[in-house]
Amino acid sequence: MLGSLLRYLVSLSTSELLNNGFPMGTLIANYTGSLFLGWFTARMIARRKLNPVLSATIGTGLTGSFTTFSAFSLETLVMIENGSIGMAIFYVLLSAVGGLILAAAGYKLGGGLGREAGK
Amino acid sequence: MIGFVLVALGGMAGALSRFGVQKLMPQSVLPVATLTVNLLGSFLLGWIVGQGIQGNLYLFAATGFMGAFTTFSTLNVELVKLFNNKENKAVVLYLVCTYIGGLLSAASGLIIGRLL
Repeated sequence: MLGSLLRYLVSLSTSELLNNGFPMGTLIANYTGSLFLGWFTARMIARRKLNPVLSATIGTGLTGSFTTFSAFSLETLVMIENGSIGMAIFYVLLSAVGGLILAAAGYKLGGGLGREAGK
Repeated sequence: MIGFVLVALGGMAGALSRFGVQKLMPQSVLPVATLTVNLLGSFLLGWIVGQGIQGNLYLFAATGFMGAFTTFSTLNVELVKLFNNKENKAVVLYLVCTYIGGLLSAASGLIIGRLL
């Protein structure tokens, strides 16, 4: 609920235009959410620092809703349909590679890489 | 103002539905629950856009529900965990199914939404 509202605010404030602009709002939400969830998973969930209900509320609820995959897919599709193939490839690579690097960085910051973590 | 309420309500319903799918799906090496919500959500968002739905209903169903039903952060954390556990085959399979599958799902949703 709060996660989707925050995402909506980010996309409003970056005045995302699905038809011709680059979807900066989705990218920002997906990047920050991936970084945060990486950290949160390694620091809080894997070490059982929080009770499971709170972990699920923040991790699955808030962060899961803040980031989105459906908008990403559709935005890419619209770019392809509009003939902006270069922009579509750029957007996919930027999202996929960047999201993964940020999640890994968050995970490492939370102390999750290298240890027995990652279950 | 009503827009914010609709996004929030749709988001809550979407997040709870995703949580439900995660509880119902069997545990396996490949995160099938996240894959399911992401592909299904991409298809349905394509359908919503194909139908030409706009305004308040769009804010509730698309920005709110589908935005929250699908997730990008969980996908990446799952990939990091798979990397960490050296499940390289699963990483590749998960990446391909998600990104190629997501585009194909959104495209088929959009086409069906425009036709029906």
